[in-house]
Amino acid sequence: MFARFLLMTTQLPGDALVSLNAVNKHYGQLHVLKDINLQVRKGEVVVVIGPSGSGKSTLCRAINRLETIDDGDIAIDGKRLPEEGKELARLRADVGMVFQSFNLFAHKTILENVTLGPIKVKGVSKAEADKEAMALLERVGVGHQAPKLPAQLSGGQQQRVAIARALAMKPKVMLFDEPTSALDPEMINEVLDVMIQLAKEGMTMIVVTHEMGFARKAADRVVFMADGQIVEDDTPEEFFTKPKSSRAKDFLSKLLTH
Amino acid sequence: MDVIIDSLPQYWDGFLRTLFLAAVSGIIALVAGTLLAAARVSPVAALRGFSMAYVEVVRNTPLTIAFFFAAVVLPRLGVTFQQFEVAAIIALSAYTAAFIAEAVRSGVNSVPVGQAEAARSIGMKFGQVLSLIILPQALRTVIPPMINILIALVKNSSVAGAFYVLELFGYGKQLANDHGDAVMWVLVGVAFFYLLITVPLGYLAHQVERKVAIAR
Repeated sequence: MFARFLLMTTQLPGDALVSLNAVNKHYGQLHVLKDINLQVRKGEVVVVIGPSGSGKSTLCRAINRLETIDDGDIAIDGKRLPEEGKELARLRADVGMVFQSFNLFAHKTILENVTLGPIKVKGVSKAEADKEAMALLERVGVGHQAPKLPAQLSGGQQQRVAIARALAMKPKVMLFDEPTSALDPEMINEVLDVMIQLAKEGMTMIVVTHEMGFARKAADRVVFMADGQIVEDDTPEEFFTKPKSSRAKDFLSKLLTH
Repeated sequence: MDVIIDSLPQYWDGFLRTLFLAAVSGIIALVAGTLLAAARVSPVAALRGFSMAYVEVVRNTPLTIAFFFAAVVLPRLGVTFQQFEVAAIIALSAYTAAFIAEAVRSGVNSVPVGQAEAARSIGMKFGQVLSLIILPQALRTVIPPMINILIALVKNSSVAGAFYVLELFGYGKQLANDHGDAVMWVLVGVAFFYLLITVPLGYLAHQVERKVAIAR
């Protein structure tokens, strides 16, 4: 039993918290992830940007296996992502995910949305989970909305609840898949502020976004993707002032002229 | 008209028996149908296959076949019943479960895929995703078709009358034989007592639907 456990959780080299090695994925004929190598260390904030269709969302979703990959391997904290099943569920509990469309459980109250994971997955008592959830909801500024249903909240508020829901699992790393793309402009900042705060507190984050301001302010590294490949991987300072590839220059020029 | 008043005890007894048949079969069918729907969306191919085959076969054959199977074929295979009611309940619930399964499946499909993804991303296993997130939402959206199926079940239970089960329709047949001059009124009485079950069922559905509706 123990030997089998060791086999399933083979340690991979390096001190990376999230590690992608030679990852490939196809959608039929379309090669959406081409030989992706990416290492994210503990406490690092990595922003993934690139034109739409570049594979950045697929990359983000592959890290907790919401998308399967064709070959290569992905490891979280040294443990290779297992196949579908109990092991995978356990690993996913350590990886927080925030979606573009919030995906709050529509039939559960705000408080229940946050406590459901700790109670059902981690076996935390209801009283304990409620207390922690309220603290998290206060932290993201929606504590007074706790008894409401998701549909009664604005998009910005829903997304902050979604962040609290992910944090309630005490994840090792947080994935953000275009967290502000579905929001009205005046609500974007309230979500970004929460994310910036989270970054300051040392959370390991992988953020797919179009918010260049966030990338400049909070990112340790910017990963630029185009056509399923990682084209650049640099500090925000370097990337925004001296992009090396013509693809990145082209992308940035389009952003800045509008 | 007098025949209805005079035969009220028979009508009432038949009414209770029909209610009993429909209630027991309905509960079994709801549970079995939901399990069939769960099997249909499960990651296990064998379960999906079984569920699909069951629904396709049962849904596309007449109810009478199900009754013949339960009342005639099962006893020959060694499954015997003290009362024909048991055979009727088996036939009705097996038949209705196939329709419930299809309704629940359509409900499952109506739940946005992001709900399941969010549930999986906080570490829930398949069973938890289904029972805590998907089914509670799916069942709420399929209350109207589900009630249609249950109303059909109440009416379908009359087939049991042809298999020696004395329920509302069975009594109706008896009364029609005894009162050959008032068959029309006998049947009006039968219809009235069926309505006494089905109309409140529709009303109940409307109330429940309003109460549990979820906003997106």
